[in-house]
Amino acid sequence: MTTLLRPRLLGVLLIAIAFLVAPMLVSGQPYLLRIVTTAAIYAIAAYGLNIILGLTGQLSLAHGAFFGVGAYIVGLATTDHDWSFWTAFGVAILATTVLGYASGLIALRTQGAYFAIFTMALGFLIFIIIIRWESVTHAHSGVSGIKLPESIGPLDFSDPVVLYYLVILFLAGAAYMTHAILHSNAGRSLVAIRTSEDLAKSIGVNVGVSKQLAYTASAGFAGLAGGLFATLNGFIGADSASIDLTFQFLLFLLIGGMGTVMGPVVGSVLVAFLFELLQGLESYRFIVLGPIIVLLVIFAPRGIVGYLNDFLTSRRSRRASPPPSGGPDGRNGGADGRSGSGPDQGTAPDRPHATSAAAATSEGGL
Amino acid sequence: MLLEVRGLGKAFGGLHAVRDVDFDVPEGRVTAIIGPNGAGKSTLFNLLAGFYRPTAGTVTFDGKNITGMQPHQTVRAGIARTFQTTHLFEGASVLDNVRAACVVRSSSHALDAVLHTPRHRRDEKRSLDTSMSELEFVGVAHLRDEIASTLPQEAQKRISIAQALATEPRLLLLDEPAAGTNDEETEAFGSLIREIVARGVTVCLVEHKMSMVMNLADQIVVLDHGQRIAVGTPDDIRSNPLVIEAYLGADADTTGVTT
Repeated sequence: MTTLLRPRLLGVLLIAIAFLVAPMLVSGQPYLLRIVTTAAIYAIAAYGLNIILGLTGQLSLAHGAFFGVGAYIVGLATTDHDWSFWTAFGVAILATTVLGYASGLIALRTQGAYFAIFTMALGFLIFIIIIRWESVTHAHSGVSGIKLPESIGPLDFSDPVVLYYLVILFLAGAAYMTHAILHSNAGRSLVAIRTSEDLAKSIGVNVGVSKQLAYTASAGFAGLAGGLFATLNGFIGADSASIDLTFQFLLFLLIGGMGTVMGPVVGSVLVAFLFELLQGLESYRFIVLGPIIVLLVIFAPRGIVGYLNDFLTSRRSRRASPPPSGGPDGRNGGADGRSGSGPDQGTAPDRPHATSAAAATSEGGL
Repeated sequence: MLLEVRGLGKAFGGLHAVRDVDFDVPEGRVTAIIGPNGAGKSTLFNLLAGFYRPTAGTVTFDGKNITGMQPHQTVRAGIARTFQTTHLFEGASVLDNVRAACVVRSSSHALDAVLHTPRHRRDEKRSLDTSMSELEFVGVAHLRDEIASTLPQEAQKRISIAQALATEPRLLLLDEPAAGTNDEETEAFGSLIREIVARGVTVCLVEHKMSMVMNLADQIVVLDHGQRIAVGTPDDIRSNPLVIEAYLGADADTTGVTT
């Protein structure tokens, strides 16, 4: 067991250290620090999506809209209503959680693709409310002058580095929660639902309640990330609630690895930097990004972290027993592929690039 | 009686898959449900386990009315089931497959896991112990770290029985436990089922292999076209003309019902 844990633990430590020293590495370049901070905020939202999609297998397309609701609550409350950031932030998390719970009561009556369609409609509804309800949301002119967090003792959040560490604190919390849930009965119930709802029922999982909790938690994470996004930028527009954002989170998960502990953060940071590198291409950057995603779905359907996990697991089982009858494959074979994980071949000879920092991270599936 | 089924029925639209079925499952015994293909055996199991909601009748388990309960409630009440086609969590280890089934007997929830409370740690330890002892019981403990879906069919069937046992049932519903196994393996499953009964778990099984049914069952319930046409000991059933007719068609004069 210890030999198995070591490379994963090492990977997690490397990522943690990289985040801790990042401000030193980019000191004097506030723009780069802002990119890292934004990526970390997106990663928190991706952790939310990871709970409902990665663990539970339900594709929620309202995720970007929940992010937007969190951002707008912080934005509007701290400007038009002059609340303190901390109050607004708390209310934003609470409100998105409640919104997630309430919409889940209806949305989760649907299954598979219908759940995706329903939540996409919900996302559009929220987006339309934001761009149409001008008297409250300022529609296209957006919200500007959003407050920074008020200082706590010696912590002055107007310093971008301090704000960065605040975000990292929440990010670490999100990663830890994912780890704890994944390795508990609650997490095993969720993964059971992802694999096969019938099997989950037969071992006594209350499928309805479990999905409801996962969806509610995912909305809360999105709201939290949205609130941080608003305060970091100082300005938000309706694009912070758009469906594009949902697909962006989906992309982070797909690249990083759905249902893994470190996947969301690895995916968010890699894509953020990829976007930066390709910025000169503007919207043509998807021409580069598209093929990368296609290759990834074919050769590493469980993302970079999932691929590394499989790699470690297969190496271990090869060592443990001479002839494994087949490579350890993905998951979701019995279900109807609603998690969108693509084909189940998890082993391919090609090794993903740019993983030196992410080398061998986190724990695998169930 | 551990389980009492009265007037149970399930109609899908106008089709009566199960109609007016009565039987009792005595505690500590093996009850087999047999019948030709399409007789409603699997539907009956789905009704007992709460996967389908009955359109008529009642199911009483241990004196408690469980008619129309959800599967997670019936599992909690003490009824576990396996599936006809082996269902396991793919990509997960054998141990994790069984450990997942300990959820139902645990009292800790997500918040306990996040805060790492003593209750969570106690539950985790208990889950591990239960899973390991069930894996040992069905004889696949040495495969604990293998990926379950890569193992041979026979091992997978044993794992799903361990999974069902890990929910700590009083009644175990086995849907064709010996389907797709050879004679030797069928024999082995027979003795495994006897050991399960010896532990005090009542077994109710659907099976096509008559040799196994006749050897194991204390009581046999025969279904045909969704209706119960006979109930009795293996000897009663073997010589029951209605059963012979259902299996072999009218005018058959053989006594041994074999498939």
